[in-house]
Amino acid sequence: MALLTVQNLSLGYDSQTLLKNLSFSVNAGDYLCIVGENGSGKTTLMKTLLHLQKPISGEILTGDGLKTNEIGYLPQQTVVQKDFPASVREIVLSGCQGRCGLRPFYNKAEKALAQKNMERMDIVPLANRCYRELSGGQQQRVLLARALCAAERILLLDEPVSGLDPKVTAEMYSLISKLNKDGITIIMISHDISTAVRYATHILHIGASVFFGTRDEYMNSDIGKFFLTQQELGGAI
Amino acid sequence: MMSTLLLYLEYSFVRYALIVGVLIALCASLLGVTLVLKRFSFIGDGLSHVAFGAMAIAGVLNLSNNMLLIMPVTILCAILLLRTGQNAKIKGDAAIAMISVGALALGYLLMNKFSTSSNISGDVCSTLFGAMSILTLTAEEVWLCLVLSIVVVILFILFYNKIFAVTFDESFSKATGVKSDAYNLMIAVITAVIIVLAMNLVGSLLISALIIFPALSAMRLFRSFKSVTICSAVISVTCAFWGIILSMLIGTPVGSTIVAADAVVFGICCIIGAVTGGIRK
Repeated sequence: MALLTVQNLSLGYDSQTLLKNLSFSVNAGDYLCIVGENGSGKTTLMKTLLHLQKPISGEILTGDGLKTNEIGYLPQQTVVQKDFPASVREIVLSGCQGRCGLRPFYNKAEKALAQKNMERMDIVPLANRCYRELSGGQQQRVLLARALCAAERILLLDEPVSGLDPKVTAEMYSLISKLNKDGITIIMISHDISTAVRYATHILHIGASVFFGTRDEYMNSDIGKFFLTQQELGGAI
Repeated sequence: MMSTLLLYLEYSFVRYALIVGVLIALCASLLGVTLVLKRFSFIGDGLSHVAFGAMAIAGVLNLSNNMLLIMPVTILCAILLLRTGQNAKIKGDAAIAMISVGALALGYLLMNKFSTSSNISGDVCSTLFGAMSILTLTAEEVWLCLVLSIVVVILFILFYNKIFAVTFDESFSKATGVKSDAYNLMIAVITAVIIVLAMNLVGSLLISALIIFPALSAMRLFRSFKSVTICSAVISVTCAFWGIILSMLIGTPVGSTIVAADAVVFGICCIIGAVTGGIRK
């Protein structure tokens, strides 16, 4: 059974519907890229997948023993975080909070998990540094480590490379694809279609027309060809 | 001067004032870090005006224990403000400003119209700036304050990690199964309780100073959440203690002396921070 199955989902906010009758599924080990123009509902879709927002209709089913709150999340940075006085270790540990329930303090296993994920993201030397003093790429690694503390099997990444320079962007992409090779299922929102088709196994294109399928199917489809050439002409971001 | 101080300390009301002042300052500074980071610095101000309005209503109704009215009304407003902060039709800061001035106007209006006291402007002034009411606390008020402060501190310690998670990234916490709505509600209620308690100490106009100054001072110096919280508590307690002592020695109003001390410490922290590079960017 698929990790995540979306059936006839309609989503939007207030009374405005952004997307209708969306259906797709994500299997363990997939690398799904959600692409689409600004305003097509990518972020709304992600919020709905995370149960931060109620869908207008339709269902989101989890399978394979995945619980609804076992989805790791790499959000876009908020204003609050830009000058937040917190050490890297505190932030990574806070990813374990979902496991705590009402228990007030972190236990040894959770501290070890945080340590392991900091090693994995190569940020152990930064553990006691202040988050706001790190570079954009380092901050993303910290947030990735936190997301890995919250969920070991599936990660949702919301525009993980926005605001990063080309070199760091490439590093970030290869880090994500390494995680995917380690068996973590990735769902990534991106507006960069050319990179999406390079790394992803599946593409979900939302907007006026909706496409869901494997990367090869997408590249051979009309909609895929159209957007790929268009982005090449416009210069990939 | 020292002998005058020792003489003062022999009076129980002076000791009460010191205990209550220090406890309130401690609670306010703990919550302050979260409120400042959540961009809710002004909530203290807004809620204190609500408390002022409620106090005026209690006065009109001739309630024997006005806490019974002030506390619930303020808590209710705090819940409304903090919970609807994210997606309300009227955004956080505007909502706070609206409720705050509305309550202030209503309170003053009621006090003027129905008050039986001969010195209305004196009453209003002491409610707004704290005046000497902290020196006239009864033993019950001190106990109430003591119990509530201890509850607040214990709650804060027990929920420290959760408060951090919710403050740093609410949507992440929510997505990964942290009951962030419940914790926001708790923060709102605790904030209201602290503000009502603090009205006795510094008056309703100066409460937000107790909330924001220690947190901001600590943020100049420290870079992790834990050290900022501890430092902010230490600064706040120190300023409250010496502020009260100083106000008795030189005969200044208690509330404004404490706030002035907080402001001076903030200035010092800014300088230290700039020199040592405690805050970059």
